[in-house]
Amino acid sequence: MDEKVKLPAEQLSGGVIISAIKDAGVDYVLSVPDLHTSYGLLMPIAEDPDLTLIRTCKEDECLGISAGLSYGDKRAVLLIQYTGFLFAMNAIRAVAAEQHKPICMIIGLLGKQPGVAPQDAKRLGVRAVEPLCDIMGIPHQLVETDDDVHLIAPAIIDAYENRHPTALLIGRRPVAP
Amino acid sequence: MMNRLECLKILAEHVTDEIVVATYSCATDWMAINDRPLNYYGFGAMGLASSHGLGLALGRPEKRVIVLDGDGSLLMNLGTLVTIGAVAPKNFVHFVGHNGSYEANGGAPLPNRDVDFAGIARSAGIRSAHTFTEIEDFEAKVGDLIKAEGPVFADLVIEQGPLSNRDYSEMHSARRRELFREALDAGA
Repeated sequence: MDEKVKLPAEQLSGGVIISAIKDAGVDYVLSVPDLHTSYGLLMPIAEDPDLTLIRTCKEDECLGISAGLSYGDKRAVLLIQYTGFLFAMNAIRAVAAEQHKPICMIIGLLGKQPGVAPQDAKRLGVRAVEPLCDIMGIPHQLVETDDDVHLIAPAIIDAYENRHPTALLIGRRPVAP
Repeated sequence: MMNRLECLKILAEHVTDEIVVATYSCATDWMAINDRPLNYYGFGAMGLASSHGLGLALGRPEKRVIVLDGDGSLLMNLGTLVTIGAVAPKNFVHFVGHNGSYEANGGAPLPNRDVDFAGIARSAGIRSAHTFTEIEDFEAKVGDLIKAEGPVFADLVIEQGPLSNRDYSEMHSARRRELFREALDAGA
């Protein structure tokens, strides 16, 4: 037998994620730095001429900016850490959940061990992310390897077309392009 | 010391097709004075009016955006001034009603009412930062201020109250947000 078997990807490439964001028509990336995604995503995005990066001081700012941009038909993603997601919960409740704004959050699960489900992570904060999304009615997907990256663009496009928030949980530290 | 209603009535004489983002006491007063589809009240969490305004200014660069903020609200999101200073939208004007209290939440004082907001804005990179304490001065300059190249910041030192009728359910309604979007799409 000479049949080639495709092995599951064991890495997450920042460049592939950035391509997926662009495929979804994203214009702006709004971010507070996250050690989990700084090298693989934030730094290359800062150098990317096709994306405009706005560095904010706190994560809840990103909710307002993204909502405002949506009235100009400009698409944005928030690039934040799970701690920032927890901090911004009241803004997420109001702007994303109650007002049905297309808030697209890329959330770095710093400290989650690769291959371990978020609900089984050692860190309480990581374990809390998916249940909080569920309570808020926010669809969420785990992006752990390159095999999961195909989930990103459809999730963002659906959020904007149907006016609802979405969360993409980065489960492994992305590799810089 | 100035009065918020007086300031907003004077501002209303100059507002034409701008987007006005108003929050809490400024919002209820502004709604009573100048209710119009291009008023944006859908900010949700306290402190975020200027962040919504920044997004609107970037998303709709052909429009001017005026934010009517409160001092308590701004203190809940003080980093916004640094972000706005860095992004530097030319179509963005930020007024703050500075009465030293969380007036919409019962009137309890701020931790320190004598904050130099214009000084903070200036050091955050917003070069056009002003403080107004006299209504005659505000009246003389506000027309030019809302047309000036942004970002513009103005601290309006005012007394507490009086408060207009507070109908948050109407201003935060989905219908209001839809009217706002329709007005934008119609090129109002």
